[in-house]
Amino acid sequence: MDLSLSDEQKQLQESAERFAREKYTFENRRKIAATERGWLTENWAQFAELGWLGMAFSEEDGGYGGGPIETMIVMEQFGKGLVLEPFLPTVVLGGGMIARAGSADQKAALLAPMIEGKKQFAFAWLERQSRYNLADVSLKATKEGNGWSLSGHKGVVYNAASADEIIVLARTAGSAREPKGLTLFVVDAKAKGLSRRDYPTQDALRASELTFDKVSVGADAVLGKVDEAFPVVEEAVDRAIVALCAEATGCMDAINAATLEYIKTRKQFGVPIGKFQVLQHRMVDCFTNAQEARSMTLMASLKIDDKDPTVRAKAASGAKVQIGKSGKFCGQSAVQMHGGMGVTDELSVSHYFKRLTMIDLMFGNQQHHLTRYSNLAMAA
Amino acid sequence: MNLTLNPEHQTFADEVRAFVRDNLSPATREKTFSGKHYDRDDHIVWQKALGRKGWLAYTWPKKYGGPGWDVTQRFLFENVLAEEGAPRILPFGPKMVGPVIYTFGTEAQKERFLPGIRSSEVSWCQGYSEPGAGSDLANLRTRAVREGDHYIVNGQKTWTSFAHWGDWIFCLVRTNTEAKPQEGISFLLIDMKTPGVTVRPIIMTDGAHHVNDVFLDNVKVPVENLIGKENEGWTCAKFLLANERLGIAEVPSSKRGVSMLRQIARIEPLDGGTLADDPAFTAQIADIDLQVQALEMSELRVLSTMAQGGAPGPEVSTLKVRGSEIQQRIAELTMEAVGEYAQPYQPGMLFHDTNETPIGPDHAPPAAPRYFNMRKTSIYGGSTEIQKNIVSKMVLGL
Repeated sequence: MDLSLSDEQKQLQESAERFAREKYTFENRRKIAATERGWLTENWAQFAELGWLGMAFSEEDGGYGGGPIETMIVMEQFGKGLVLEPFLPTVVLGGGMIARAGSADQKAALLAPMIEGKKQFAFAWLERQSRYNLADVSLKATKEGNGWSLSGHKGVVYNAASADEIIVLARTAGSAREPKGLTLFVVDAKAKGLSRRDYPTQDALRASELTFDKVSVGADAVLGKVDEAFPVVEEAVDRAIVALCAEATGCMDAINAATLEYIKTRKQFGVPIGKFQVLQHRMVDCFTNAQEARSMTLMASLKIDDKDPTVRAKAASGAKVQIGKSGKFCGQSAVQMHGGMGVTDELSVSHYFKRLTMIDLMFGNQQHHLTRYSNLAMAA
Repeated sequence: MNLTLNPEHQTFADEVRAFVRDNLSPATREKTFSGKHYDRDDHIVWQKALGRKGWLAYTWPKKYGGPGWDVTQRFLFENVLAEEGAPRILPFGPKMVGPVIYTFGTEAQKERFLPGIRSSEVSWCQGYSEPGAGSDLANLRTRAVREGDHYIVNGQKTWTSFAHWGDWIFCLVRTNTEAKPQEGISFLLIDMKTPGVTVRPIIMTDGAHHVNDVFLDNVKVPVENLIGKENEGWTCAKFLLANERLGIAEVPSSKRGVSMLRQIARIEPLDGGTLADDPAFTAQIADIDLQVQALEMSELRVLSTMAQGGAPGPEVSTLKVRGSEIQQRIAELTMEAVGEYAQPYQPGMLFHDTNETPIGPDHAPPAAPRYFNMRKTSIYGGSTEIQKNIVSKMVLGL
């Protein structure tokens, strides 16, 4: 057993850390969030240049042969900077599903340009009624000549406005909420019949509601096998969850550091408020929570490639439970210890708190993953 | 000892309910139930209606123009208002400075200021906190120097709710720098239109503008605006804070929050049914429901003591602590009930009249912003840490 980073991984960590520190100062981030896209093409080009867009993919797929640990390293630094570029929807989700299920042609047409920084993706799975159930899909794809016609609605689709292709989870057979009968389609973001309503999210990212009105796609738009998408989606979402957990650990480190600094300098009753034991103990609990979050994220990153889907799913859910718990504790504590300043828009604390809160709501909150973990553990 | 209402109280509650239904604007009521932010008129038009009826200063004795209600009537009044979706009465005039003026002010001051507070013709705001005086309020630095018939006031107040709507501000100012911190403070009323008063907005995490910095730069305040004696303002300050802590638990609005949460759970879809079918979630609602009941009964016990002539003691701090935790928990559960659709940020749906349809369900837009915003409840009006210090010292003798 060895839990230390390799030299290459340490270099990756340093360069990601430098990117977040230099490009994502608090004021810079505010400016980036206010741009039309909500992220910067020059940053994306830098990701491509540094090899971050391809690092987690195999060499056969045109990548650089890394894996979940590399993703973890980068996502953690993205969390520290509250980075806005759409790495998760494009690389982890989109790229991940194409690498897992795509044909050689699809990999050449989609994955290779993505690694070069020339294509972005969005993943449309959620519908109004889905909550956290990945199989609760009613957007219908029906056979139309050689191809398919898609009709229905998708919600909270991150990066849909910037994406070149939308990867859509559709029902091709089976009844509501049946895992069997789901199919993934790669749809041109400018396809006829596809309309968007764009909006910012609470944490300054961009998402959209999508309406599909008889959107026609060819047979070659199917990603993987017809009716068999569910295991692909479940695995991709588990990987996205672990990446989000890494981002959250970065957020927690940053929010804890800001709070520690604040309680050392903010004076009341003639002393820094960090001299009061009640705040000292709370700060210690924040530190402990962040440690546990880091541990569970590392464990999940190491288990996410396991051949046994149950091992993988338990690891992802377990980490998500911890992140939900720790993120809430660190976020709420940071706001409380900052006092009124913590609830203003003026300090970074409230922005980390929002991101941590949204991470808990994405792909299933703490309660959802506790239930999922519990069911998997009881079945064993 | 009993909990049941006598027929007169039942009639009273009916009368209050009928009044709210006749006088509260439907648009304002709608904002309450959809979680939108109120604008100035939502508050002021409603408060003026209450003022005309003689109910705005509902905690005041008859002698000062209040209705002279007993504890049960006040309790019923607050609950009916919350149930019917009325905005909370802005406390700065009727609950804060009003009682200070009729308790510590001169006859001339009572005559001058109380009518405008009772009618809501004059809006007030609170100048307590400063950048260096939050939890340590007695450390305040805003300086008032006597020059003839005036004080010249210099300093900065912060976290001043609704200063941008305020006609007057009541301020704690330092009039003696030599004495112990608490002994050199005075309670001063300042007209916001006086030259040298500047208001700067502070934008909160949910994008809302409620609080402000207030800068006081050589502001000339007539000596007749001093309440109580010079350097004895701390007595007024503490009196006001004790009153503030009593109502700040917001029990009626939390009861409304629990019932709205149950309503949302009955709507939110889950695996073909609704969230109301999920026992893990409904148990969490039940848990907070019971916490609200415990808090309400604790508050009633304090009010009952007061009705027998007792004063609210330091134990009211526990009500404030639990009240804020409960409000935060209700907001948290409401956001969790909404789930993924709490992510879109929809300021248009929160702050403006709009014909847009919300993204997700109607109850989605305020869910996350409210959760973020409610973190303030364990900070304002004396933070949870300060309230617990008070209880450990004053109640437990530690």
